[in-house]
Amino acid sequence: MPKRTDLRRILIIGSGPIVIGQACEFDYSGTQGCRALREEGFEVVLVNSNPATIMTDPDLADRTYVEPLTPEFVAKIIERERPQALLPTLGGQTGLNIAVALAEDGTLDRFGVELIGAKLEAIRKAEDRALFKQAMERIGLALPRSGHAHTLDEARAIVEDVGYPAIIRPSFTLGGTGGSIAHTPDELERAVRWGLQTSPLGSILVEQSVIGWKEFELEVMRDLADNVVIICSIENVDPMGVHTGDSVTVAPAQTLTDKEYQLMRDASIAIIREIGVETGGSNIQFAVNPEDGRLVVIEMNPRVSRSSALASKATGFPIAKIAAKLAVGFTLDEVRNDITRETPASFEPAIDYCVVKFPRWAFEKFPEADRTLGTQMKSVGEVMAIGRTFKEALQKSIRSLEQDRWGLTLDRPLDGDELRRLLSVPNPDRIFAVGDAYRAGLTTADIQSMTRIDPWFLENMREIVAFEPRIAEAALTDGDVLRRAKQLGFADRRIADLTAATEAAVRARRLEQGIRVTFKTVDTCAAEFVAHTPYLYSTYEEEDEAPPTARPKVVILGSGPNRIGQGVEFDYCCVHAAFALRDLGVEAIMVNCNPETVSTDYDTSDRLYFEPLTLEDVLNIVERERPLGVVVQFGGQTPLKLAVPLRDAGVPILGTSPDAIDRAEDRKRFNALIAELGLNQAAGTTVRSLPEAQTVATTIGYPVLVRPSYVLGGRAMRLVHDDQDLREYMGEAVQVSAEHPVLIDKFLEDALEIDVDAVADAERVVVGGVMEHIEKAGIHSGDAACALPPYSLGEGQVRELRAQTRALARALGVIGLINVQFAIRGDLIYVLEVNPRASRTVPFVSKAIGQPLAKIATAVMLGRSLSTYTGLEERELSHIAVKESVFPFVKFPGVDVVLGPEMKSTGEVMGIDRDFRKAYLKAQIAAGETLPASGTVFISVRNRDRRQVTSLAKRLADMGFTLVATDGTARVLKRHGMPVEVIHKVGEGHRPNVVDLLEGGQIAVVFNTPEDGRARKDSAIIRRTAVAQNVAYYTTVDGIQAAIGAIEALLKGEHRVRSLQEYHAGLR
Amino acid sequence: MSTTWLVLRDGRTFRGRPLGAVGEGSGEVIFNTAMQGYQEILTDPSYRGQIVAMTYPMIGNYGVNEEDVESRRPWVNGFIVKEASAIASNFRAGTSLDDYLRRHGIVGIQDIDTRALTRHLRDHGAQDGIISSVETDPRGLLERARALPGLIGRDLVAEVTADAPYGWSEGRWELSRGYVAPPPPRFKVVAYDCGIKFNILRQLSTVGCDVTVVPAATPAADVLVRKPDGVFLSNGPGDPEGVPYLIESVRGLLGRVPIFGICLGHQILGLAAGGRTYKLPFGHHGANHPVKDLVTGKVEITAQNHGFAVEPDSVSRLGWEPTHVNLNDTTCEGLRHREWPVFSVQYHPEASPGPHDANYLFHRFTDLMTRNGG
Repeated sequence: MPKRTDLRRILIIGSGPIVIGQACEFDYSGTQGCRALREEGFEVVLVNSNPATIMTDPDLADRTYVEPLTPEFVAKIIERERPQALLPTLGGQTGLNIAVALAEDGTLDRFGVELIGAKLEAIRKAEDRALFKQAMERIGLALPRSGHAHTLDEARAIVEDVGYPAIIRPSFTLGGTGGSIAHTPDELERAVRWGLQTSPLGSILVEQSVIGWKEFELEVMRDLADNVVIICSIENVDPMGVHTGDSVTVAPAQTLTDKEYQLMRDASIAIIREIGVETGGSNIQFAVNPEDGRLVVIEMNPRVSRSSALASKATGFPIAKIAAKLAVGFTLDEVRNDITRETPASFEPAIDYCVVKFPRWAFEKFPEADRTLGTQMKSVGEVMAIGRTFKEALQKSIRSLEQDRWGLTLDRPLDGDELRRLLSVPNPDRIFAVGDAYRAGLTTADIQSMTRIDPWFLENMREIVAFEPRIAEAALTDGDVLRRAKQLGFADRRIADLTAATEAAVRARRLEQGIRVTFKTVDTCAAEFVAHTPYLYSTYEEEDEAPPTARPKVVILGSGPNRIGQGVEFDYCCVHAAFALRDLGVEAIMVNCNPETVSTDYDTSDRLYFEPLTLEDVLNIVERERPLGVVVQFGGQTPLKLAVPLRDAGVPILGTSPDAIDRAEDRKRFNALIAELGLNQAAGTTVRSLPEAQTVATTIGYPVLVRPSYVLGGRAMRLVHDDQDLREYMGEAVQVSAEHPVLIDKFLEDALEIDVDAVADAERVVVGGVMEHIEKAGIHSGDAACALPPYSLGEGQVRELRAQTRALARALGVIGLINVQFAIRGDLIYVLEVNPRASRTVPFVSKAIGQPLAKIATAVMLGRSLSTYTGLEERELSHIAVKESVFPFVKFPGVDVVLGPEMKSTGEVMGIDRDFRKAYLKAQIAAGETLPASGTVFISVRNRDRRQVTSLAKRLADMGFTLVATDGTARVLKRHGMPVEVIHKVGEGHRPNVVDLLEGGQIAVVFNTPEDGRARKDSAIIRRTAVAQNVAYYTTVDGIQAAIGAIEALLKGEHRVRSLQEYHAGLR
Repeated sequence: MSTTWLVLRDGRTFRGRPLGAVGEGSGEVIFNTAMQGYQEILTDPSYRGQIVAMTYPMIGNYGVNEEDVESRRPWVNGFIVKEASAIASNFRAGTSLDDYLRRHGIVGIQDIDTRALTRHLRDHGAQDGIISSVETDPRGLLERARALPGLIGRDLVAEVTADAPYGWSEGRWELSRGYVAPPPPRFKVVAYDCGIKFNILRQLSTVGCDVTVVPAATPAADVLVRKPDGVFLSNGPGDPEGVPYLIESVRGLLGRVPIFGICLGHQILGLAAGGRTYKLPFGHHGANHPVKDLVTGKVEITAQNHGFAVEPDSVSRLGWEPTHVNLNDTTCEGLRHREWPVFSVQYHPEASPGPHDANYLFHRFTDLMTRNGG
């Protein structure tokens, strides 16, 4: 069946901001979708609120709308663009839910838009658990016993049947949000309440537990001619009970005989047919009873998923790209396999290596959060590693995580109780604890009984651990032992630890012995056909099959796993670097280990090394490729921390020198720089002990900002108010020492904060964007909302900020990107931080101003002059772009949602419009904050904010809102003659209190600025309840002010949508 | 740990560790890309004369059980893996791969760069080779590898076929019940055993065939005298031109009884029809080959295991037409006669190991017999 000719324009919906459960894998799928459709001559209209993505690059679609992902906004885009079709399967659960809403409310019919890929009925059948269950029964497949509940009583009745433990799964949520396991009636009550709250439909599935069963996933593709292929099988190392996003997984399946695998394959084909997903990728999960092989279906995603991204990277089969082609009518046999070029896409990839995916959690950011893993996903990112064996791939995945872990160990003493707990209750450390359990003499049977992990995986881990004594004894003297260690995946660093040598010594010894890494190709076909795409992984084998080319080349180091503080923004920059290199005729070599990204797509760069970003692994590549240089500016802290060691190893670093990076990071040198330029900075210095810290803090005066040096995303950064705080911090949080110095800065209270992104060559510095934070200093810039251009600064101030940025860039000799963070208090501008590298805001700025800063910076690093770019210099924008952050608090009950100097957001959205209020409103809607047009507002502000609260409250009252406040705030308002109801605080013991009102759905928005320090704990429950109830909340007076402005804009009129291409055209 | 060598005829040598029996094994070295199903592969008689290298690097993970066998014993002349699993993990597992191979005297090698080997075979063709865990000098092995006879023209069928006719009574496999009893038979089928896989027999009996398996050298007359509703020509090892007696028998059956051939059976049909077969550079061995049914236009993912193929042009003048084509390399995957009730496929609809997509062909066979008045 050839391409459909009745379609011309197709709408693709993205997945919005990065959240837990929905990360940059959908940037990857959306980007592939856009490219695949345009390649076939279709016009693509794209909508996604996330500016940090590649897919929202104006080059990738014909019309790119960075607008909120709500049915209302998407309907407006449909009305304006009149696409003939909507492809709903590439934008995760968000995209799918919007498509369903638009189909159900008649919008699609009204504008004659056809759902392609998956029809409404198929989506419903797959997503609605009752319909899905019926469908499975029709084709004779078993599901765990279950029932639907809308109330606690209904849930209890079902548990009578399915028994404890029972799994609670809310309908229509993503990443298992709101899901949990109940072992007792008490837990059931809690679980049901939470589940009902999080489900948009207020419905949950109560399901028989198959905890401990083996868990598998199959990635299935189907075309319009009903051809079906399985792209990849995935087996979870962590058995049922842990969300697959939180499980260590392996591809392909390892412990199934052909007979069992084929049963699963047959079931998958029957399922995709019965559900009726017409084309494209679906993901089907199964559980298998290890005792007798019994198979039950867990669920199906009728769309491209996180696992499809993993499967695409694991096999070289680009699922999203091919799904897009199938959606427009092609059949699998009409699409070529890009890698072999000769063979069609209608086949099932054969793998001749082992792939391990390891999740990356961010519990260090949420110390109060429950680290137990269950049915709700908690990880924020993942790495993938490829090796010839599971042992090698597992060890590569461990070092890919960048958690300073180099082997299968927690590297700390564990007593028997702790070890048992770590093994029996799923948690992020469990796999490492397995290694330690073997070291402690436990047997595979012991460990299996506690973890329920399949003995095959355990035995492989045992083999790793069992080889360590050999390494300790002979790795440095016996070449065979060293070679074997490398084949088992041991990092040089781990071998160094085991032999009490240095990593450099191990490396030298290894090279002396001629033990060199070899590279193999990921080729979809286990070498049966010649591969034309150099998608490579390292292993210690005999043959290296992909010698470097003779072309000039540059290595780009990627950003590794997504984490808080380092996400898709950096991948965006790396991808742009690759595109720029291609344009310049230089071979682009990408190194990264994150399977969710566009950078690890084999056709983003000329050569892809899917490798850990450690010194060892990078040196292996660089020594072989001999590039013109390495780009370390774009991947965030990951490559940056390799800059100096790489330089020391003689590797050319492109652009800004490692020395300049050090000058910006090293406090002493930085102070000297600021002094030399005659600029201001907050008083502060580096300390190496607690007494030193106390002296400094007393001298400069509390409050002070403290943080370990060389960190990203404000890791462990804290606002400290008094000596007690300081002692706690220095002792417990960071363990300050000579090796681990801590920076102390005077905190600039009530200062405005500004971010500036610029690009520099040897002659010029061009400021790309000046962003004014909405929230005052003290909130991490990655968490603060910001506006571009600034909305309250004077022209003179902006000019001065630009001038200071230029001076700093010049003084540091920046070649490429630079980001400067400023604070303004009174008339004084302070330099807070200088980052001579790509910042988190580069994609946001690029999209706001219509200039690809990362691409330009890459060209500049290769010697191109900035003067060759026209229209780069600051232009007047006729629009304003607002960035807002999104947070994972809903996943972490019990964690306070107040923001501070440590970054906690997982993603961001952009609102763009003609004026600030509208843009801010869009940003809020896009971030999922539903600002009300009427209703009751709860206000409670700290003492310092009471002066400002009156005018804000007045604006609300003028718009017809009812005000509810706690005692203190209410008194202030009453004094100013404002009508306000007083409500009890939670601790007062009187009911109803504010939490009762929130839970009763009587509050439309929460404005609560908490007191500093320990006092804020009292009000945490209010904010937590707001999160749980999905009520919009604002915790800074600046945020409240902006939100009220947005409500005013909301009341004033309709939303308007406009594409980036139109905004940018207005600039020329 | 002793050294084991793999030496190919063209001199490419790999040094590894022993697997299975200690000794030597020689034959044509080929690679198989299936990711599971090693036990079925080991026991598939079509691999007689061959040393099989698995491209999937970790083999033996789920051990060896009593059910997943395709004949009464393993037939491969040698087995090559990257890493043989030290543990067998599966509820049905009986023994480990290493034990199984040792018990059956099969010499293997592990811990070699199987991907390098695969690429070598892909680029230079499947070729004779020797695995030895007793010889210390690979140079001697090379000389002997060069003296190996190859597959061309050899009758390997004689090594694997049944000695005498036998009946079959096992149906398909079910998870909780194992092999179940087949439904009451509706057709009488004689199956030529050129190294027949049990799963073909299980599939035939599942679709209602009462199967009598006969040795490959059974003349046509002896088959016709049984008045079968249909004749089945099985898979088997080696070069179809090495079994002229079977080609002769099939000539005597063409047009007289419905015939269904698989793999070697398909090639034998091609030769009996007067066509030609040829050797593929490294054959098709795996479970992921896309085949298009030229009648329905649908693509099926197939299990394959063959080193020779039929030249479709050589039979198209003789009343035959291609029914299936391999989408990877456009080789002929299926034939049928325009008038006679005869059809065949090059691949393995019985799967085991591999996907079940082509299972409909067994129904096509019963349909054919029905139409023919069976």
